[in-house]
Amino acid sequence: MKRLMTLIVGLLAICGLLGYSSQQLERSSGSTGSHVLNLYNWGDYIDPKLLTKFQKETGYHVNVETFDSNEAMYTKIKQGGTHYDLAIPSEYMVAKMKRAHLLQPLDKSRLTGWNNYDPRFLNESFDPGNRYSMPYFWGTLGIIYNDKTIKPGTVDHWNDLWSSKYRDQIMLIDSARDIMGMALVSQHESMNATNPTVLRNAENKLNALAPNVKAVVADEIKMYMSQDEAPLAVDWSGEAAEMLANNHHLHYVVPSEGSNLWIDNLVIPKTAQHENAIYAFLNFMSDPKNAAQNAEYIGYATPNRQAKALLPKSVRNDRQFYPDNTTLDHLQIYKDLSPAKVQLYNDRYLEFKMHH
Amino acid sequence: MMTLTKRKTWFYFIPYGLWLALFVIAPLALIFYQSFFSLDHHFTFSNYTTYFQSLTYLKMTLNSVWYALLITVFTGLISYPTAYFLHGLKHRQFWLLLVILPTWINILLKAYAFIGIFSQAGLANQFLSFIGIGPQQILFTNASFIFVATYIQIPFMILPIYNALDDLSPAFINASQDLGASGWQTFRRVIFPLTLPGVKAGVQAVFIPSLSLFMLTRLIGGNKVITLGTAIEEHFLTTMNWGMGSTIGVVLIVAMVIVMLLTGDQKPKGGTPR
Repeated sequence: MKRLMTLIVGLLAICGLLGYSSQQLERSSGSTGSHVLNLYNWGDYIDPKLLTKFQKETGYHVNVETFDSNEAMYTKIKQGGTHYDLAIPSEYMVAKMKRAHLLQPLDKSRLTGWNNYDPRFLNESFDPGNRYSMPYFWGTLGIIYNDKTIKPGTVDHWNDLWSSKYRDQIMLIDSARDIMGMALVSQHESMNATNPTVLRNAENKLNALAPNVKAVVADEIKMYMSQDEAPLAVDWSGEAAEMLANNHHLHYVVPSEGSNLWIDNLVIPKTAQHENAIYAFLNFMSDPKNAAQNAEYIGYATPNRQAKALLPKSVRNDRQFYPDNTTLDHLQIYKDLSPAKVQLYNDRYLEFKMHH
Repeated sequence: MMTLTKRKTWFYFIPYGLWLALFVIAPLALIFYQSFFSLDHHFTFSNYTTYFQSLTYLKMTLNSVWYALLITVFTGLISYPTAYFLHGLKHRQFWLLLVILPTWINILLKAYAFIGIFSQAGLANQFLSFIGIGPQQILFTNASFIFVATYIQIPFMILPIYNALDDLSPAFINASQDLGASGWQTFRRVIFPLTLPGVKAGVQAVFIPSLSLFMLTRLIGGNKVITLGTAIEEHFLTTMNWGMGSTIGVVLIVAMVIVMLLTGDQKPKGGTPR
């Protein structure tokens, strides 16, 4: 009994000490009070050095909280009780948040770097006129292959994956919209198709791919590909960039017949409280030098034209991550579908997963 | 006197009652309630009709039950001899602690460790190459999924069986042997029936969580094994169809109740498992 009491008292003392010191730390780094910016971001999706630079230049301390899916972020902001000043949803989620009245319009008069952005990534259907969103990074969906077993140039198109040569060799990212989208494009359909027959056909097409599918996995796919677990994978360009950095035998292709173009965007949730800090940060991130530094750190493609020009030649001319104009013209942005349609996609996809 | 003790028992019931109401009854009621709502938040029975008319869901249910059964059987086959063996050892508390130790490690970490062992360049394949068989595809097979799930569940089966063995008075075994029963007969007629409550408790502790495994099905099974857990995760996280997700949850709860009834003590006499 005495030992138990000692243990409890000891634990309480440790907790108290930790709590006190973390509070002291927060105070000394200025993360409380009004001189802050609360950023709600994906994990590891901004160069930490830029945050320090931002604080040095403007005096605002950035508190970063992270999420791991658009849906998780949406639920958290919708439930309330949060004070995020900026969040970074993907394009279809911008439309969804807008419809749920979770966003504040951007005051364009306070943005100094708007002209730095490539018009190709502005004024898209998810947010006409960019009333609510400023592009952050963009990317594609494509094929990663390992040149140890796959000859470059043999897998350039979606339909190449269906070849019987690749039995049990392909890893797919576990995402209903993307994998169904891939099957749709391979059948020359829109990636936003909602016709049940068209989606049923896409499922049948995927079922035909099943013998070639080694696994349907999530984030782990990066680790597997880096370790040569499979020679082929379908994944997003951002994930591919990370794989390529870890394994020099890997290459990334965006099929020229079409694929998905995704754009992550900075938005201001209704709950935002630090208006001056928000615009200071948006302008800071639009600055070509900062955007270029961020793009080099993250490895994703930047929508900032001026920033792209500052990137090393080997990066900005890399067709894997900055595809040529023909391919770019064939890329499709996901529309925000109604819940019933999303369910349809997921039902067909689940049936495909059950199939193999 | 009578009223005093009665009042006292009521007083002790308060924390338990509160816990029960807040964390057992309320969540169950909420899941049940949610399961009657469609995507557009209208009251409906359609989630249930969809479930029972969909070949996909029925197949998935069958999958879940089948794999949970396999995992339970393999766990039992390994755990009973192990518990029996441990029980006869000298420093058994120490050996038992070693069995429990892995449960202190997060399940996700253990899964990732197995990825390292089973991958193409992993330890298992290095060994297979060494003995001349050559590397095999181990990850993303049903066998590897069952192997890892069994590994994770084993401590939860060993403990109740071990406790049941501990409760067993040596007098029974001595009596059985004195009356001329062979070792096998003693085990089959005396030890096993008397430790059956422990086995049943172990089955409950393993079968029920195995029904809704979902992390392992993706990490180790590569989504080649699809269970109801996968569908629930999808409905709550991707499609946000909480109604359908709750419906599957209700089905799982019903399945669990059935397992509890089947493995419960019909005749509550003799020692209960600790």
